[in-house]
Amino acid sequence: MNNLAPKLTSEEYEKNFAEIHPPFTPNSAAAEANRCLYCFDSPCMKACPTHIDISTFIKKIASGNLKGSAKTILSANWIALTCAKACPVEVLCEGACVYNARGEDPIQIGRLQRYVMDWYVERGMPPIFTPAPKNGKSVGIVGAGPAGIACAAELSLMGYGVTVYEAKSEPGGLDTWGIAPYKMKREDSLNEAKMVERLGATIKTGMRVGDNISLDDLIRKHDAIFLGVGLRTPTRLRIPGEELAGVHDALTFIERVTTRKWSSVDVGKRVAVVGAGNTAIDAVTEAKRLGAEQVMIIYRRSSEEMSAYDFEFELAKIDGVTFHFLTTPKRILGTGHVGAIECVRMKLGAMDADGKRSAEPIPNSEFQIPIDMVITAVGQTPEKSFLAQIPNLKMDRGNVWVNPETYQTSSPKFFAGGDCINGGKEVVNAAADGKKAAHGIDNFIMSNE
Amino acid sequence: MADLSVNCGGIKSPNPFWLASAPPTNSAYQVCKAFEAGWGGAVWKTIGEPVMNVVNRYGSIDYNGQKIIGLNNIELISDRPIEVNLKEISETKKLWPDRAVIASLMVESKRETWHEIVKRTVDTGCDGIELNYGCPHGMSERGMGSAVGQVPEYCAMITGWVTEVSTIPVLVKLTPNISDIRFPGRAAKKGNASGISLINTINTIMGVDLDTFELNPSVGGKGGHGGYAGPAVKPIALNMVSQIATDPEINLPISAIGGISTWRDALEFILLGASSVQVCTAAMHYGFRIIDDMVEGLSNWMDEKGFQSLDDVRGKSLRCISDFGNLNLLYKAVARIDESKCIQCNLCYVACDDTAHQCIDLIPHNGKNQPKIRESDCVGCRLCFIVCPVEKCISMVRVDDGKEAITWNELMKQMPQPLTWEALRQFQHKHGIEIH
Ligand SMILES: Cc1cc2nc3c(=O)[nH]c(=O)nc-3n(C[C@H](O)[C@H](O)[C@H](O)COP(=O)(O)OP(=O)(O)OC[C@H]3O[C@@H](n4cnc5c(N)ncnc54)[C@H](O)[C@@H]3O)c2cc1C
Ligand SMILES: Cc1cc2nc3c(=O)[nH]c(=O)nc-3n(C[C@H](O)[C@H](O)[C@H](O)COP(=O)(O)O)c2cc1C
Ligand code: SF4
Ligand code: SF4
Repeated sequence: MNNLAPKLTSEEYEKNFAEIHPPFTPNSAAAEANRCLYCFDSPCMKACPTHIDISTFIKKIASGNLKGSAKTILSANWIALTCAKACPVEVLCEGACVYNARGEDPIQIGRLQRYVMDWYVERGMPPIFTPAPKNGKSVGIVGAGPAGIACAAELSLMGYGVTVYEAKSEPGGLDTWGIAPYKMKREDSLNEAKMVERLGATIKTGMRVGDNISLDDLIRKHDAIFLGVGLRTPTRLRIPGEELAGVHDALTFIERVTTRKWSSVDVGKRVAVVGAGNTAIDAVTEAKRLGAEQVMIIYRRSSEEMSAYDFEFELAKIDGVTFHFLTTPKRILGTGHVGAIECVRMKLGAMDADGKRSAEPIPNSEFQIPIDMVITAVGQTPEKSFLAQIPNLKMDRGNVWVNPETYQTSSPKFFAGGDCINGGKEVVNAAADGKKAAHGIDNFIMSNE
Repeated sequence: MADLSVNCGGIKSPNPFWLASAPPTNSAYQVCKAFEAGWGGAVWKTIGEPVMNVVNRYGSIDYNGQKIIGLNNIELISDRPIEVNLKEISETKKLWPDRAVIASLMVESKRETWHEIVKRTVDTGCDGIELNYGCPHGMSERGMGSAVGQVPEYCAMITGWVTEVSTIPVLVKLTPNISDIRFPGRAAKKGNASGISLINTINTIMGVDLDTFELNPSVGGKGGHGGYAGPAVKPIALNMVSQIATDPEINLPISAIGGISTWRDALEFILLGASSVQVCTAAMHYGFRIIDDMVEGLSNWMDEKGFQSLDDVRGKSLRCISDFGNLNLLYKAVARIDESKCIQCNLCYVACDDTAHQCIDLIPHNGKNQPKIRESDCVGCRLCFIVCPVEKCISMVRVDDGKEAITWNELMKQMPQPLTWEALRQFQHKHGIEIH
């Protein structure tokens, strides 16, 4: 890469990637827990996709029953540690807290959940659930992301023999490889995987289904299969110059950052991120934290339409990110290496099928921005070549179609959940899907008896 | 998992948590719902003489944003007829054979009347009877409730009438509105009670409205004292329970009541000798669901400490209860501040300087004032420790060498009588105790 941003000192990296939501002390956790009103049938519980009984787990913090609190949390959500740190609580539980309606700050549910889960992990995750005796049935799970892990945990508890096949060298999916290091540590995600192994599930890493092991083998071995394969294929910009050195897709870049050898991750002095979803925001703030001097977002619509959450947008603004709204890249310029990006101004037109206003280029409005690095963050899709091997698998707008009650796909032995069915939502949705799919699988296998 | 089952004076339940006789146990619907949630037992809302309630029955003390630190009520006993209650008690017991169903009774002070209601109650198949000698309002004016509980002779007499016909265990529920709880306790023993429940509610007026000048609560402009319960009464109840538990003449199982909101509160009572515990206000604040944390928290605590059953825990703290005259006068501790935790709020300073013994100095440090304790002057009163808002920032550190001990009672045997200031000063001086 040309024009590299100078490396920082290790103290600077640590400071830049310090947690944005630091843990509670016992004092502050107790004070916050006692502030909770212990609502009945609470709105926070309804707002959580996994429906954790939030006021109950908080009440247990107040009474000093932390083990019971962990049980309340985990019995609803197997990915509770990651969720506590990475969930967009502002739009979920905390956004629904009744204190908002009283004009006061909501209870810090995410941090309280983290307090409990950290406590539980620090104590070596003592057993709190007893799996049912083995029922002799077996389920194969493709992908050890949050959807796969949650499904594996729930099935193990019900007595199923569970094998999780994971292509990568470590389990956890994007929780391990994708979530911003200032939100959580990848060890948190690895611990969640460990918890599932303790319930009796086997996780086989370095096993890409369709590659290291055939799909037919899986079909033969297992009574049902759960697909928690996420979205592997980055969407390309399809513009000239995309092949130049210095152009990266966001996931590849972010994966390098989360594995934490920050000084070995090169960034240009001037970095442009294309796209304005949460992944784009992560990429741009992470580039900035690695030492990039000028960071910008290029997005074809306006701030109204962008899918990044308000608090992510705020974070980017605090980090000094420049936003080029109503702008789309036309060409990436450079000889062998990125030197500039040519963009065109856009205007908004009528609503399109997705309910977003369409964006149209304004003729003759092209302009160039000198740039050293381009990161593309315009979405990912499930890996079609893999999914095509599954007999009769119906797709729906690029994602795997499932029955919304049972999570069964159109191919009866296959169930699915997480990003590969919703096109990319949050960890907590994957956690909820995995758990619900486990019950769909249980019904399917037991009714085939 | 630890065994949480209890036997309180012959009344057995799978866990020690019972709902106290009060609105939560008004009906079969409620008691069944509570058992469904996991409660180990329920003392039915007191049944007996015909009564009629008034409206605006409860008052609350809210403190610093926390609701219901204390709850006061001017409610009477059940306002549903005896037959309705007895029928529901019988049905509930049939549905829940493993839970403790206890009928609370209060009728006029006539032997035949008591005999009749006791026999009818026993016929329901319930596990026990609780005699309500505590209601401090409405019923006491009619010669029942605390009017009985405040006169040990009546207490013994009525308990005797009940136990002479009852074939099931009889608990006597005491009123705290009395100067020495041991007297009615001994009276219950005399009347052959199987156990003692305490405390009932405490006489209180909750507050006065500064705009209307009426009491809170107000019944159309008028009010009066009611019975106080909830977290605020716990220390009073703990003391009274310990008094009953340590009285050598009484020696009866105890069902402890008063301000129990969590498993921690319950454990404190059990450590002071209670066999079962009863809860009212906490359930009225949050509903029956609180039982989940109570049972689970207690069980986790027992597992963590390695206790198998509540018998191993019960009464463990009673050995610490002592009279003032038996405390060691030479035990010495001073307050110490952990400056790494101190947030320089200076609450300790102002408390000590204005209202204790002037032994904290404010030392300027980095533009703030850092309180420092002059340990030589600290009398160890513990006020600063109590006001400090940071956990474990101030600690009381023992400074005597533990070699010598003398109690007031022992000292008085050595001292000239009548005691003079001079003699006491000499003793203090000898032991390095300087009073400023
Ligand atoms: C950069 C980024 C940041 C994010 N930040 C947040 C955040 O802060 N908070 C939040 O809630 N959500 C966040 N998300 C979203 C969240 O990570 C996903 O919604 C969630 O991880 C989806 O879980 P999943 O189990 O469906 O898929 P994934 O986590 O993608 O896991 C799929 C797994 O399947 C494996 N796999 C795929 N194909 C095969 C195969 N053929 N054989 C074997 N294994 C296979 C993959 O290697 C992977 O490990 C973020 C996403 C990204 C991209
Ligand atoms: C509204 C109310 C009604 C009560 N009614 C009765 C009653 O009928 N009989 C009785 O023995 N005690 C009655 N009590 C007292 C309770 O049983 C209990 O002794 C007291 O509330 C203390 O427990 P707590 O601090 O858990 O509330 C009543 C208490 C309240 C708050
Ligand atoms: S709690 Fe129920 S009965 Fe009591 S005043 Fe409110 S609505 Fe009426
Ligand atoms: S009260 Fe505690 S925190 Fe406040 S100044 Fe004193 S020692 Fe420091």
